[in-house]
Amino acid sequence: MRTLKKTWPFHLMLLPAMIFLIIFSFIPMGGIVMAFQDYKPWLKISGSAWVGLDNFRYLFERNDSMQVIWNTLIIAVLKMIFNLAVPFVFAILLNEIRKVYIQRTIQTLVYLPHFLSWVILGGILLDLLATDGFVNQILGSMGFKPIFFLGDNNWFRFTVILTDVWKEFGYNTIVFLAALAGINPSLYEAAEIDGANRWKQTRFITMPSLLPMVVVVGTLALGNVLNAGFDQIFNLYNPLVYQKGDIIDTFVYRTAILNGEMGFGTAIGLFKSAISMILILVSYSLAKKWAGYRIF
Amino acid sequence: MYYKTRGYRIFNVFNTCFLILLALMCIVPLIHVLAVSFSAKSAADANLVGLWPKQFSLEAYKKTINNPIFLHSIWVSVQRTILGTGLTLLITFLAAYPLSKENSAFKGRNVYSWLFVFSMVFNGGLIPFYIVIQKIGLMDSFWVLVLPGAVNTFLVILMLNFFRGIPKDLEEASLIDGAGHFRTLFSIYLPISLPSIATIALFSMVFHWNSWFDGLLYLNNSKQFPLATFLQTVIIQRDMSSMSINPKEMELISQTTVRAAQIFIGAAPILIVYPFLQKYFVKGMTLGSVKE
Repeated sequence: MRTLKKTWPFHLMLLPAMIFLIIFSFIPMGGIVMAFQDYKPWLKISGSAWVGLDNFRYLFERNDSMQVIWNTLIIAVLKMIFNLAVPFVFAILLNEIRKVYIQRTIQTLVYLPHFLSWVILGGILLDLLATDGFVNQILGSMGFKPIFFLGDNNWFRFTVILTDVWKEFGYNTIVFLAALAGINPSLYEAAEIDGANRWKQTRFITMPSLLPMVVVVGTLALGNVLNAGFDQIFNLYNPLVYQKGDIIDTFVYRTAILNGEMGFGTAIGLFKSAISMILILVSYSLAKKWAGYRIF
Repeated sequence: MYYKTRGYRIFNVFNTCFLILLALMCIVPLIHVLAVSFSAKSAADANLVGLWPKQFSLEAYKKTINNPIFLHSIWVSVQRTILGTGLTLLITFLAAYPLSKENSAFKGRNVYSWLFVFSMVFNGGLIPFYIVIQKIGLMDSFWVLVLPGAVNTFLVILMLNFFRGIPKDLEEASLIDGAGHFRTLFSIYLPISLPSIATIALFSMVFHWNSWFDGLLYLNNSKQFPLATFLQTVIIQRDMSSMSINPKEMELISQTTVRAAQIFIGAAPILIVYPFLQKYFVKGMTLGSVKE
């Protein structure tokens, strides 16, 4: 009681946040029982029949859902690799530019796409990447045949990964630039005296210094391996590329919201949330162990 | 000195050119859209526009502005951005203060922070969330755009890290002078936290301005759509039904130049706040990711 007397303002301050968390986060968690039901909207959760693990069995038996899980993994893993590698190289190259105003200008421009939504960028890309669009005109003038970037199963994943890297590489560079700024200059001076050229300095000082940051960003990304980017795919795809481009989140939207298979949709969602949670917890504990990173 | 060697100077020239080219690639698509939006319909339809308007024309903007549904969607977006940002700021500011305390000063802290973390790493998924929205009667209401996103754990963490950087003595002095925690928070912490409040406000504004999926999912009447959702249906889905049945307006969406004008108007607020944003997000990003 004595502690409550002292800490009641704290509880009161947390009250609004807690109300929102309970309504929009914890109550929906209760709804996952639908994953074990043959949910019918008119019967509600209380009246719908229990079907045990049928929805999950169905998930692993359906060809399209296995393809979707596969697509999700491929797209997400490739995005993870390129969203780590490209900013890493870009940060090192940017760091070599001595003229501060050029460096700043480049930074300002490359950060920008991160803040625009996939609706805006999707609208732009649908026109730019069309078979008669700007990009294909340029390719055409170089003698290439037009490429149907967003309507061809062989090109769609490539396009998705490329445009995602294009949108995010600048923003992802920030943490590496911060780490670069933290490197002790006397290391470079010492290497210089020892006769190391710039490449050797980069190889033996810059890259190892960035390594902890690569580990942190890489491990934290692990928790996202089932998030292949709903916003992007939803705004770029079309029935022509469902085969190679459909991911768990877009699949859930189509099966559950558009086709009304609510129980099945919830089961896929639960499958995804559960695996994601395990991966996030693992990745956070690894990041803590390897790089001393903690969130709270 | 390495940068005086010939090899390095050649590298430097190539490197600078390469990076400038890369940076231009990030904005060329936007410039192209801007050029299309100011071009005549015939030139745009024939794909003649590159990075500069062909046969300069304001026609697309006139048509866009004369569309009442488009204007109303801007108004919905403005309302949601202001209310949503205000709510997020208040909740984040209040919640971050107790969470920034030491475990010894606030015993319940651990329980609360676990609830926050749990809500961040696990969720019920789309369908149960959708049903809760239905049950509590937020379907087709303006508030469905504002309330569900009000608490963002990432922003709370950003704020509480900032609070931890504030010297303890300030709080102690204020408490000794007889102020309670609320008074301390609002009269001592608030004025010094303005930079981080600005960061959170800008992140939140960008989030609300860009959100489109909630509108698509929870609003059935396209007249209630915020701008981002309107643009999604008109530009991405090229869906006529979200326009009125007026054939004149239906013609609007098929036009490349009008689409470009709509895209540009949708991006404009971000482009305007971006210079202010840039000052803060670098700090926010490194704060949120690297920490002892």
